[in-house]
Amino acid sequence: MSIAEADPNGIIQCTPPKSARFLHRLLRRKLAVAGIAYLLALIVTAIVAPIALSHIAGQSAGSLDAVRAQPSLHHHLLGTDELGRDVLDRLFVGTRITLVGVGTAVLVVLAIGVPLGLAAGYFGGWIDRIVTWVSDLLFGMPGIVVVLLVLAVFPYSMLAAMTAFGVLVSPAMIRVVRVSVLPIERELYIAAARAAGLSRPYIIVRHVLPRVSGAIIVQTSVMAGLSLIAQSGLCFLGLLVRSPAPSWGGMVADGLQLIIQDPWLIWPPGILIAVTVLVLGLLGDVSRDALTEAWAAPVRSRRRPVTAAIGDISDEADAGALLSVRGLNVVFQSRGAHTRVVDGVSFDIAPGETLGLVGESGCGKSATAMSIVGLLPGTGQVEAGSIFFGGRDLATLSDRELHQVRGRDIAVISQEPMVSFNPTLRIGRQLAEIVRRHHHVSRAAARSRVLDLLAQVQLPDPAAVAASYPHELSGGMAQRVAIARALAGEPSLVIADEPTTALDVTVQAEILELLRELQANRGMAILLITHDWGVVAEMCQRAVVLYAGQVIEQGPILPVFQEPRHPYTKGLLTANPHGVPSSEALPAIPGTVPAPGQWPIGCRFKDRCVLATGECGDGTIPLEPVGTRREARCLHSAMLEGECA
Amino acid sequence: MSNVTTEDVQAAGGSTVMVPRPPAAAAHRIGSFVDSRLTGLVLKRTATAIVLLMVVSVLSFVLISLTPGDEARAIVGLGGTHEQYLHVRAELGLDKSPPEQYWQWLTRAVHGNFGETLTTSEPVTSSIQTRLGVTISLTVGSMILSFVLGVLFGVISAVRGGVTGRLLDALGVLGFAVPSFWLAAVLITIFAVKLGWLPSTGYVSPSVSLGQWLQSLVLPVLALSIGGIAAIAKQARDGMLEALASEHIRAARASGVSPTSIIFRHALRGAALRVIAVTGWIAISLLGGAVFVESVFAIPGLGSLAVTAATQHDIPLIQGVVVCFTVIVVIVNLSTDVLYIWLDPRVRVA
Repeated sequence: MSIAEADPNGIIQCTPPKSARFLHRLLRRKLAVAGIAYLLALIVTAIVAPIALSHIAGQSAGSLDAVRAQPSLHHHLLGTDELGRDVLDRLFVGTRITLVGVGTAVLVVLAIGVPLGLAAGYFGGWIDRIVTWVSDLLFGMPGIVVVLLVLAVFPYSMLAAMTAFGVLVSPAMIRVVRVSVLPIERELYIAAARAAGLSRPYIIVRHVLPRVSGAIIVQTSVMAGLSLIAQSGLCFLGLLVRSPAPSWGGMVADGLQLIIQDPWLIWPPGILIAVTVLVLGLLGDVSRDALTEAWAAPVRSRRRPVTAAIGDISDEADAGALLSVRGLNVVFQSRGAHTRVVDGVSFDIAPGETLGLVGESGCGKSATAMSIVGLLPGTGQVEAGSIFFGGRDLATLSDRELHQVRGRDIAVISQEPMVSFNPTLRIGRQLAEIVRRHHHVSRAAARSRVLDLLAQVQLPDPAAVAASYPHELSGGMAQRVAIARALAGEPSLVIADEPTTALDVTVQAEILELLRELQANRGMAILLITHDWGVVAEMCQRAVVLYAGQVIEQGPILPVFQEPRHPYTKGLLTANPHGVPSSEALPAIPGTVPAPGQWPIGCRFKDRCVLATGECGDGTIPLEPVGTRREARCLHSAMLEGECA
Repeated sequence: MSNVTTEDVQAAGGSTVMVPRPPAAAAHRIGSFVDSRLTGLVLKRTATAIVLLMVVSVLSFVLISLTPGDEARAIVGLGGTHEQYLHVRAELGLDKSPPEQYWQWLTRAVHGNFGETLTTSEPVTSSIQTRLGVTISLTVGSMILSFVLGVLFGVISAVRGGVTGRLLDALGVLGFAVPSFWLAAVLITIFAVKLGWLPSTGYVSPSVSLGQWLQSLVLPVLALSIGGIAAIAKQARDGMLEALASEHIRAARASGVSPTSIIFRHALRGAALRVIAVTGWIAISLLGGAVFVESVFAIPGLGSLAVTAATQHDIPLIQGVVVCFTVIVVIVNLSTDVLYIWLDPRVRVA
C-alpha cells in the first residue's frame, strides 16, 4: 500500500475528460467566460471592422487637423498617429489580419499535430519512431529564420508564412497528443474494443480522441498565443502586410519611428497583443483546471496547530512507551474538502519492540507512519491527535524541530528502496552526507563510517557499493543500503514501510533476517508496516490491525494469531497464503476496503462481514478490551472467543 | 518563436530524455560506459545535424523552384540584353536542372562556399562571419541572464511559495505574453528617451570600446531575455516542486538531511536536469528573438541580416543564415547532452 492511493492529486491523471462535461465545467468558471467573451468580441471585430471602416485600410493620411491639435480626445479615443489616422480604428481593422494569421497557424498545427500524435501514441513501433524523429528534426530548426526564408520566396504571403510557422511548431502538439495517448492505449477498454473487432480508425476516433481532446484544447491555446506573437512580430518587421494597411505589429513599428515625438503610440497595440496572448494562455490554464478539477494548492502547515489542546485526547501517553500515538487523525485536502484517511488511531511501541501495523491497501498504514516524522505527501495533514516521543508531542513540532528528530531518533526505511536514493549521486556520497549530519566527523571519518555501515548490512563489497549509482544496484542491495542509511543516525525507532514488498521472495527473507539481527544487536524498536501476516509472524511481538483508517484489533502476536477477535483479522489470517495448505482453495474476504470519504456509519467492515447484524450500523463502534493488553472493535467479538483462525 | 511555453518545453524535455533501468553494472566500468555513450552521442547528433541541413537546403531549393520570378532576370533588370541575361543565368547555374543545381550548391556549401549575396555580391560566408560575433554576444548574454534570473526566480517561487511565489509566477506569465520587440520599444522609451541612461539604438564593437559595447548590449539583452527568463523560471519551479515531492527527497528528509542541502544539493540537481533539457529550445527561441531585437536596436547581427535578406529576396544570404543558425543549435544541443550525462548517470538520449 502507498499513501498515494489516498492522495487526491492522484486523481489528476485519471479524470476522463468527456467533452460535454468539460465545456460545462469550463463555463462554470467566471474567468473562462470572460476569456471566451473577449475572444468572441475580437472575432466579431475582425469580421465587422474592415467592412464598417472600409476606408481605414487604404488610408495613408488622416485629418491633419488632428495631428496639429494633439492630443484631441474628442473624436479619437486613443489619439491619432503621425499621419492623423485614428489609432483605435486602425487597431480594429488590423484585428482581421491578426486573427487570420493566428487561425492559419493553429489549423496547420492541428492538422499535422493531432493525427501524427495519435498515430505515434496509438500504433507505437516504427510509426512512433518515424514521427518522433521527424518532430525532433523540426524542433531543431531555427523557426523564425526559416519563416523569413519562406517570406523571401513568397513576399507578403501571410498564408505561406503562417503555414510554415504552423509546420515548424507542430512538434509541440505532436508530443502532447502522443504523450496523452500512450497511457490510454494500454487501458483495458481499448483492448476490449479491439477484441470486439472494431476497426482501429474507429477506436481512435470514438474512444481515444475524446480522451485527449482536453490536452489538445490546452495546447491549442498555447500555440495560438505563440502564433500571435510570431504574426505580430513579422508584421512589426513589415514583412506580412503592405503599408498603409494596419496591423497590430506594424503599429508598434510605426510607434517606434516616433518614439521621441510621441512615445504613447507603442502602447495601444503592444498592450492589445500582450492582453490577447494572456487571455489565450489563461483560457489554456482554466481549461486545464477544468480538466483536472481535483487540483488543490498544497497546504503550508502539515502539523496539527498547537492550539488544538491535548485535553480532548482521553488517554495519556504510556509512560514506559518509546512512542505513543493517541487519537491520530490524518486528512488530505481535495477540492476544498478534507478527506480523512486515518481516524483516531492510538498505539504504543515499547523500547526494542517490533510492532506490526497491518492492513490491506488504503487502510491508512503509511499515512499513520509518515505522520510520525511529519512527512505526509501532498496535502496530507495531521488534523488531531498526539504523537508522544521522548517527552515531546511530535504532532506540534515545527518542521525545523522535527528535522532534529528525523534520522537521529526516528529513521525510515521506505517501500521502494530504488527510488529512495538521489539518482544523480553516488551511494557513498549520499550516505556520507547523512553520517556527517548526525556525527560531526571529518570527510575521511565519514567515509570509513559509511563502509562500516555497508559492511554491517552484510553487503559483500562495501567499497564497490559506495562507488555505485543507485540504478546500478539490485533491489535487495538497494534495500540493504537503505537500512544502512537508517542506521547512520543510530535511531531508537525505525519505521519500516513495507520493506520487503518490492523484493523477490528469497531476498525478502534475507532482509527480514538482517533487520532481526540488527535489532537484536542494537536494541532499537521497529514499526513494521505490512500487509503480509507471514512477515508479522516472523518479526513482530505485537500487531495493530487497521481497517478503513481505524484500529480494529490490537494485541500480542500469539493470541491474535491463535484467536483473532475481529472478523476482519480472522478473514485476513485465513486469506494469508502462507498458512494455507496447497490443496485448499485460497479463501478471501469478499468486497473491498471502503475508500476514504466513503466510510459507512457504524462498523466500517459490516458490508463484508459474515457476523454483521442490524446494530452494527448504529453509531460508532468502540474499541473494547478483549483480554490481556488486547483490544477489538467489534460488537460480536465475543462470538469469536475460543475460535481458531 | 521568441516566447516559450510550458507544454512544448515539457514535451521537449519529456521526450528527449528517457531514463532506462539498466542491469547492475560494476562501478569501475562507469568511466568507459560514459565514454562510449559520449562518442555515440556525438555521432548521432552530427548525423542529425547533417540530415537537418540537407532538409533545410532541399526545402529552400524547392521553395526557389516554386517562385514565379527568376533571380537572373532580377539581377539583370529590365534594361539588360538577352545575352546579359543568359550570361547571368549560366553564372548562377540556373540553366541546369534543379537536382543539378542542388548538387552544385551542396558541393560548394560543403567547402564553406554558400555563394554570393544577390544584393551586394559579397560572399555569403564573409557577410555571415562579420555579423556572427554580434549575434553571439547578444544571445550568449541573454542566455546567461535567462539562466541566472530564471533559476533564481524559479527556486524562490518553489521554495518560498506564498506572496513572493505568486508574484514571481505572475511575472513569469507576463514574460510569456509580452513580445520581445515591444518590450524593446518600451525599454527604449524608458531608459533611452526618458532617462537617457543608455543608447537607444546601435552597436559598438568591443574592439572600439569595451564599456560602450556593454552599454549598447544592456537593453537588447534585457528585451531578448524576458521569454527565456520566464521559460527557465517555469522549468526550475516545476522541477524543484517535482524534486521536492519525490521519494528520494522524502527519504533524505526522513534521514535528517539538512533543508539547505535538500534544496541546493538534492532538489536543485533534479531541477537542473529539467532546465538543461530545454536549453536547446531556449537557444532556438533566443536566436529567433534576435531577429526582432536586432531590428529594433539596429544591431548589425545575423537576425537583422536575415530580415534585410528577406525584404530584398536575397535567398542565398538567408539560406546561409539558416544553415548558420542550425549549426549553432546543433552545437548547443550537443553540449547540453554532454552536460546531461555529467549530471545524470542514468541518462540515455533517444
